[in-house]
Order: sequence, then C-alpha cells, then structure tokens
Amino acid sequence: MLKLDDCTISSGDFLLRADLEIEAGSSIAIIGPSGAGKSTLLETIAGFRDLKGGQIFWKGKNLTTLPPGKRPLAMLFQDGNLFPHLSAAQNVALGLRPNGGLSQDEHQHVQSALVRVGLPDLGARKPAELSGGQQSRVALARILVQKRQVLLLDEPFAALGPALKAEMLDLVASLVAESGTTLLMVSHDPQDALRITRQTVLVADQIAHPPVSTAQLFENPPPALRDYLG
Amino acid sequence: MAGHTQPINPLPGVSAAVLVAALILGTLFMVALRAEAGGGFGPADWSALRFTLLQATLSALLSAGLAIPVARALARRRFPGRRALIALLGAPFILPVIVAILGLLHVFGRAGWVSEALGILGLPPIQIYGLHGVVLAHVFFNLPLATRLILQGWQEIPAERFRLAAQLGCEGLAMFRLIELPMLRRILPGVLAVIFAICLTSFAVALTLGGGPRATTIELAIYQAFTYDFDLGRAALLSALQLVLTATAALAALRFSQGEGFGTGLNRAIRRWDGGTPVLDAFWIIAAAAFLLLPLASVTISGIAGLFEMPALVFRAAVISIFVAAASTVVLLLLALPMATAIATGRYGIVELGGLLGLAASPLVIGTGLFILIRPLANPTTLALPVTALVNAIMALPFALRILVPAARDTLERHGRLALSLNMNNWSFFLRVMLPRLRPQIGFSAGLTAALSMGDLGVIALFADAQIATLPLQIYRLMGAYQMQAAAGGALLLLILSMGVFWILDRGGRWHVEA
Repeated sequence: MLKLDDCTISSGDFLLRADLEIEAGSSIAIIGPSGAGKSTLLETIAGFRDLKGGQIFWKGKNLTTLPPGKRPLAMLFQDGNLFPHLSAAQNVALGLRPNGGLSQDEHQHVQSALVRVGLPDLGARKPAELSGGQQSRVALARILVQKRQVLLLDEPFAALGPALKAEMLDLVASLVAESGTTLLMVSHDPQDALRITRQTVLVADQIAHPPVSTAQLFENPPPALRDYLG
Repeated sequence: MAGHTQPINPLPGVSAAVLVAALILGTLFMVALRAEAGGGFGPADWSALRFTLLQATLSALLSAGLAIPVARALARRRFPGRRALIALLGAPFILPVIVAILGLLHVFGRAGWVSEALGILGLPPIQIYGLHGVVLAHVFFNLPLATRLILQGWQEIPAERFRLAAQLGCEGLAMFRLIELPMLRRILPGVLAVIFAICLTSFAVALTLGGGPRATTIELAIYQAFTYDFDLGRAALLSALQLVLTATAALAALRFSQGEGFGTGLNRAIRRWDGGTPVLDAFWIIAAAAFLLLPLASVTISGIAGLFEMPALVFRAAVISIFVAAASTVVLLLLALPMATAIATGRYGIVELGGLLGLAASPLVIGTGLFILIRPLANPTTLALPVTALVNAIMALPFALRILVPAARDTLERHGRLALSLNMNNWSFFLRVMLPRLRPQIGFSAGLTAALSMGDLGVIALFADAQIATLPLQIYRLMGAYQMQAAAGGALLLLILSMGVFWILDRGGRWHVEA
C-alpha cells in the first residue's frame, strides 16, 4: 500500500494537500485541470520535491527522506527518458546497473527486455535513430529491468499519435499486470484513464482526492471535474 | 530544477575554485607583503601608469570606432566569403602575439611594405616603435573582437524594426537615430570596457614594440624591475597597482557588458530598405580584411623561406611549447570541468567567483608572486615550464567556464532527474552523462587553452634563463638578435602549431556527436 499521510506540497503560491492510500498492485489515473499539480504530486512521490508536511509510506516503510534513486519506484517523464549519447541497449542497461558494467547474464537480461517490448534488433541504435514509439519502448524495457514495485508515468506518451499512444498504454498495462506493479499515471485524457486504470485520483482545488472508481467518476463527475471535462 | 538532490558532488568543484582563489589571492598576498618593503612610486612608475592608461584608452577608442563602419558594412552586405571573413575575425583570439607583431613589422615596420611604398614617393619610413606601434598592434587584435561584438548587436536588431522603419519612410540619419544609435549606445560601453581591460595587461606587445621610458606599460615595468634590476619590492608595488587597475576594469567590463536586449524578432534574414552606399561599405570591408590578412600573409611568405634557416634551438623550443600547452590544457580541464558542473547546480556562487578572479589577475602578477613564493624553496628557473603551464591554465579558465557552464547547466537540467531516478551516483553521472554531453564544449575550450598557451609570451619571459625557452620566447630572442628570417620561420611554425592544435581539439570534440 502506498500511503500519503497528511502530505502538504507547496512552493511559492502553489499548494497541494494529499491524504490518501493506494492499494499495492492497483492501476491509478491522476486527473485534473492543468496547473492543479498532477505532475507535482508524482514528482513528490518520486522524491524530486520536498514535502512541507506529512509523510509517504510504501508497505509500511517511510520513504519521506529517501533520495529518488533509493525509492522502490521508477518514473517516466514527459520527455528526456533516454540519454541521447547512449545506445538503446546501454540505456536499458542503466536500469540494471546505473554505476557499472554488466555481466554476461545481465546482457542477456537486457536483450530479453528489448525482445519483450518488441525491439529485438535495435539495441545498438542511438535514440535519435529511433522513432518516437520505439524510444518509448526502450524506456519501457528499462522500466522492465528496473523491477521497481511502483511505476509513475508523467504523460510520457503525450507526443505520440492517438493510435501509437493506445498501443503504448496497452503495452504498459500488460507489463504491469505481469509483474504486479502498482501504476500511477498522470493523464489529461479521460480515454487514457478508462483504457488501463480502474481507479482515479482527482487533483483539483488544491487537494489530491482519494482514489475512486474511474468509471463511476466519469458517470457522475464532481463539479471540479465537470468544469475540466467541459 | 526544483528539489533537494542533484547528481553532482560539488566538492571537487569547490576545491578547484578554492585552489584557484588561493593561487591568485595568495600570490597577491606575497606581492603585497613585499610591496611594503619597497619604496614609493618613482617618476618612471608614474609614467608607466600614464602610458598604460593612455594606450589602453586610445586602443579601445580606435578599435571600437573603426569597428562600427566595418560591422555596419558586414551587417547589410551579402557577398561570397562573408562567413569566412566573420570566422576570421575570431582568429586573433588564438593568434600568438609574437606572430602578429612580426607580421605588422613586415607591413608597417621601417623596412616594411608601407614604408617602401612611402620611400618610392620620397617620404620617410614609418616609425613603428613607441606609442603608435603599441596602439597599432592592439587595434590589430581588438578591431576584430569589436567588430564581432558590434555585428552581433546589429544582427540582434529584429528585422521587423527595419521593416517598420522603412514603412514609415525613415532613411539615412533618421534610420540611424531611430534603430542603430540605441543599439550602439547599449553595446559600445561594454566593447570599450572589454578592450580597455584587455589592453591594460598588455605585455608582449609592449615588450616588442614599446619599451624605453616613454612607452612602458605597468606589466612591462614589472618585468623590467625583475629582469634588469631584480628589484622585487618595486615589482611587487607595480603588481599591486596593476591588480587594482585590472580588477576595476574587469568589474567595469562585466557591468557594462550586460544590458537588456532589443526584444526578439521572427528571425528573418535582415533585409534593409535603405540602400547606403555600396562603395563605402566595400571600402570598409576590404580595408579591414587587408589590415588583418596582409600581416599574416607576410609572415607566411617570409616564414616559408625561414623554415629552412631555423637553428635546432627553434625546434627544441617548439617541442617544449607543445609539452607546456598539453600540460596547461590538462590542468585547465582538471580545474574547469568540476567547477563548471558545480556552477551548473546554481548553488555555489563561490565557485563562480573563483572563476571570475582569473579575469582580474594579470599573468605577471601571479608570476611575480609565485617567484617570491618559490625562491626560498627552489631555484624558480627550474620551475619555469610548470609555472608557465599553470599560469596559462588560470588565464584561460574564465573563458573555458563561459564555454562549459551553459552546456553543463543544460545537461543537468535535461538529464539530472533521470539519473537520480536510476540511482546513478555522482561519479557515474559525471563520467557517463556529463563528459559525453559536454564533449564539443570540452574540445573547444581545450583547443582555446592549448592555442593560448602555445602562443603565450608572458610569465615564461620572467622565469626562463638562457638555457630554456618556449617557441614564442625563442622567436623573440631571434628578433632581438636580428635573425629576422629565422624568426619568421619560427613564427610560421608557431602559427601552424597554434591553429593546428586548436583545430584538432575543436574538431575532435565535435566528431560524431549526437544531437
């Protein structure tokens, strides 16, 4: 269980409160008007921002003061998910060994991750030589080898076309299901949320609300969400 | 980047900055201790101060004044070779001073091309030694710099402004007053201050073209107090004076060179609707190109013959210069890379300050301080080459940081979060992300440093004895012995080495770089 215990996030005029719990293994969409703090919430969970108050727990362990790399979670950002000067395989390898070389077994592991995401032959290519969809697949292969218990997606597929985005989300859904990973994904598109998540956290009016059923939320939206959906 | 952690360990950068500051301020302290021991200012010192200020003022005014019509012509004319000419304007930065001086002597000296032409007309030859020679050489070096800076100002004026002005029917003087004068008013103080500051620390030019009681800069006076009189107290006093001057000028240059821009345009190619006079523009462009190219051409021509007359000493000096330049480049990178990454985090103002100190320092002042420091422990002459390499690296540091810091900042901003989320440690981030991403900037700053060090004629003159010499010093000695042919050969060799080492390192940095 991921627990945000009476958390307060603030910087300058910005303020967001979160007091909620997320079941381990569930898939959660984070939805809300732009500027409400969806990305900020994710960045805080990932450890890129300090909390003003409150604490974050994962399965009873306090994460609040851990640096980002020591938290049991992986994150994909809106952009910059690959190092442009490293090959696809090298980028994936960083998920296994961020600070050193790979053993023979680990090379195999990287290769099988690339096969799993559908890029068996492209390990030697640099990101610039890959399409947008292929770059996303490399990032997902790295997530795969990282084997973290929580995956945070900050709209990493926003730049892709609708069909490709749906394909990536389906790939994410199947990877998450295989490994039992807990998924939190920011989205501004209700269709994305409905596609691969059961529950949604609404971020609006300076509050990140506890998760509710995605389908029910859209059937009977609260005022803040209604304004956003238009 | 908001947040509390960054994948950078600031300690190496902070240590490097402390080391640099200790070297600059420590040598200054040594100098200050000595300065009290000496007497007050003599008339020769006052005249050195007067001359320093006079030549720097004249050089700045002439360089900037002449650069205005040249930059204006370059801004509004398109012709084949324009880009090459603008690139050439960057070359004097890494051109060894001694090479330029030989070239200027060939063209403007007593037996030079201009004097010969005057002789045919029955006029007396030009006297190049003294104030006007010093100013001439400074204009040679700084006219291109001023032209580039002013040209940049011109090109930053949005094309829309010219379109609007043309639509309103502005022409000639009105156009100048409306658009160009405000730009010049913003750019010129910085240009003047920068050139003034550069010329204050002029040593090699004054050493070769000045001299005598009436044409001695403070930097040269320090050298003379050292080598002729071995009066450390006086050298120290002059060093203190020099430091106050350069620090003030550097501060002024920094202050004046920041100003708000013109607002952004849509980056159309500049098209002007006021014609101007093409003939006049052509005159300025050709005159500027000739002024820059003729001296270099003359060195090359006479150097080719001289290459075969060079004593073995010259080749030995060349090998020494290559080693000094290599050592200087390594020292620079060891200092600049950790400093640049620490500055990129935006939290260590002290590191940035350490980098700026180099701007205020003068090589001969550091040299004097090091000499005083080393003398009780060892014979300074034996350390001539390491000291030269070190001082060259310190002098190149501010430039290297200006090149490296923006790229380091960009790399940290773009890849810092990903590295953190992957649990990359500081060392891995530096080796596997920072270094590969900065390769073009590393190549460029290494090339600049190597070329500057290769061509430097400064501290080495202070420390070296007759046995040892870098290539620029050897050329200077050949000139002093009136072996002009051999000197020209050496100068050509030095020119090839400086430009070559810059080209190789700069190219190496950009080889197969991914976007």
